[in-house]
Amino acid sequence: MKNEQGRAILEVRGLTANVAGVPILKGMDLTVREGEIHAIMGPNGSGKSTFAKVLAGHPAYEITGGTVRFEGKDLLGIEPEERARAGIFLGFQYPVEIPGVSNSAFLRLAYNTVQGARGKEELDPLEFDDFIREKMKLLDMDPAFLERSVNEGFSGGEKKRNEILQLATLEPKLSILDETDSGLDIDALRVVANGVNSLLRPDNAFVLVTHYQRLLNYIVPDYVHVMEGGRLIKTGGKELALELESRGYDWVVEEDRANTSGRAAAAATTAA
Amino acid sequence: MTTAVHPYIDALLTGTRELPGTPYAWLNERRGAALERANALSVPTTRDEEWRFTDLAPLTRLQLRGAAGAATVGAEAIRPYVMPEAGARLVFVDGIFAPALSITGADSDNARVAPLAEALKSHAGALEPHLARLAGFEKNVFVALNTAHLRDAAVVIVRENTACGKPVHVLHLSTQPGTASYPRCIVVLESGAACTVVEEYQAISPDAYFTNSVTEVAVAPNARLHHVKLQAENGRAFHIATCAVSIARDASYTTQAISLGARLSRYDLNVALNGEGAFSQIDGLALISERQLADTHTLIDHAFPNGRSVQLHKTIVGGAAHAVFNGKIFVRPGAQLTDSSQQSRNLLLSDKATVDTKPQLEIFADDVKCAHGATVGQLDADQLFYLRSRGLPEQAARNLLTYAFGASVIERIPVKSMVQRLERVVMAQTGAEA
Ligand SMILES: Nc1ncnc2c1ncn2[C@@H]1O[C@H](COP(=O)(O)OP(=O)(O)OP(=O)(O)O)[C@@H](O)[C@H]1O
Ligand SMILES: [Mg+2]
Repeated sequence: MKNEQGRAILEVRGLTANVAGVPILKGMDLTVREGEIHAIMGPNGSGKSTFAKVLAGHPAYEITGGTVRFEGKDLLGIEPEERARAGIFLGFQYPVEIPGVSNSAFLRLAYNTVQGARGKEELDPLEFDDFIREKMKLLDMDPAFLERSVNEGFSGGEKKRNEILQLATLEPKLSILDETDSGLDIDALRVVANGVNSLLRPDNAFVLVTHYQRLLNYIVPDYVHVMEGGRLIKTGGKELALELESRGYDWVVEEDRANTSGRAAAAATTAA
Repeated sequence: MTTAVHPYIDALLTGTRELPGTPYAWLNERRGAALERANALSVPTTRDEEWRFTDLAPLTRLQLRGAAGAATVGAEAIRPYVMPEAGARLVFVDGIFAPALSITGADSDNARVAPLAEALKSHAGALEPHLARLAGFEKNVFVALNTAHLRDAAVVIVRENTACGKPVHVLHLSTQPGTASYPRCIVVLESGAACTVVEEYQAISPDAYFTNSVTEVAVAPNARLHHVKLQAENGRAFHIATCAVSIARDASYTTQAISLGARLSRYDLNVALNGEGAFSQIDGLALISERQLADTHTLIDHAFPNGRSVQLHKTIVGGAAHAVFNGKIFVRPGAQLTDSSQQSRNLLLSDKATVDTKPQLEIFADDVKCAHGATVGQLDADQLFYLRSRGLPEQAARNLLTYAFGASVIERIPVKSMVQRLERVVMAQTGAEA
């Protein structure tokens, strides 16, 4: 639900970032308010995952400028784990496998750490088992996944479901889902979308990174943004996704180029 | 009276000259022969290829004496190590059998679990072919020293076609600083027998001492032994151990050897596949930090056709610690269709930590499969970030990943209470690393 008067959860202003000395983010601006769903689309390599990982605090990215405020507070100065506890969740494009760490132990550790930080009650292994099985039922997940190592040997779609399971477990304020729909079959897509829809509340928000308008049939976004060259070059409503699907990205890039050069010319005229 | 070539060995041999003879001529002879070898051999130096990375100079600077009789140790001292699953327990304090702490009760028709003196009375025939024989002392001064001191030993004999349903626990406790002790364990599985034996080294003294142990294992045709070795000596101790295993036709030997303690530890594990179709699974894990050194040398000797061996050796090295692994695989002429694999996986937790790992394949048969590989790495940055992004503090995430690295070995131990105990120890030890 578009919520122009609502409280901002995330405010990104002029964010720039490098990886291995190479500038990738080149002036991101984005405001996400309570209750909203944003979609970010854009060509491969435009910086969508980089943006997502920067928000989650990945240490490989160097912030070179700009600000990010989460619920009014500076986000960039705090560690990834503190961000998670504050309510940021990143659903990874490529969830890593962690052999030797059982999924159930991992989920419980994560749950209890985040609950503890929010001053809520932690669950012992038995209580947690009941709790997590209930969540898995909603996502149509086989409880056998609890016994396995985190993501180890999971199929692409199973990994994505496991991400949504973590999302459902941690109940974040802001969920950033990086291509959670990629690699899902139709049924899984529906299950994941239902999961997201049921988790949306008036006081939280979602940012969905996706290549496919298909997902947006199930999860209806309030805003669709196009990312290119490390920044958002266009923002529209859900119909923009349909237009991108039929026309591709070239025209948006063209339009942006015309706008920026027009602006530059205007600036030059003013300066003269 | 002879004196040893090496003054240090000479000092260590002091007690042996007064050792009373046993009623068994063959045993006295072997002890005598070992004493002779100990006299003749020297302490290896780093110029010796087998000891390149392990400098024994600090050991030779230690003033050691034999244990001054059995120390009085109460039941509470061993409580942290008691395994509820165990059917029998033999406890040795500073190398000396402690009957009050032991349970030899499971003395059914199936198995004989007893100290050497007892076992010899009824089973000398079963022990004679193996005791002080499997572990050769001709060239190894530490085996020679141990054999020259041979008096007490833990004996496990499992009868033909029977299984000792519950694990047997052999616990060695060091209590007196400045002592040298010579634990020995001998396990004999008759044909078709099955058993799990846990050999464990712990200390309640915080000061330096020397454990020089020898374990001998004979697995008869179709028998199956699972052998767990846990070395958790104190941080000042020296631990030098040899284990010699002979596996007969279609028999199997599975082991997990865990090294946590000791300032310097060395484990020589020699496994001979002495019959067709013999199988061996050898897992090792060394978790060390500060200035510890853990050296593991294994020799897997495929002497007959159709043998199979699977080996996984892992090390987790923190601080300025140093792990050494030398894995020799020997395939003799005629040992056709041997299938052997060896993996060495090493995790370095600090930039001062070092590891030397060396596979050594000597293959003299042409129709064999031998795979080996070694990796040395650090914790994976993406795994670390993944865990932190779910709220785990960095240190907890590191501990969890470190534990997970070792878990693949620990979780193969067939004794649940021990797995849980190790889980706690490893988590605590990796936590202390920070
Ligand atoms: N370590 C690195 N060194 C150099 N360039 C990098 C590094 N990591 C990422 N990049 C580059 O940053 C750019 C943005 O990558 P990112 O993964 O954010 O793209 P994306 O928009 O998520 O693409 P996709 O749609 O394919 O997932 C890419 O050109 C990528 O090659
Ligand atoms: Mg991406």
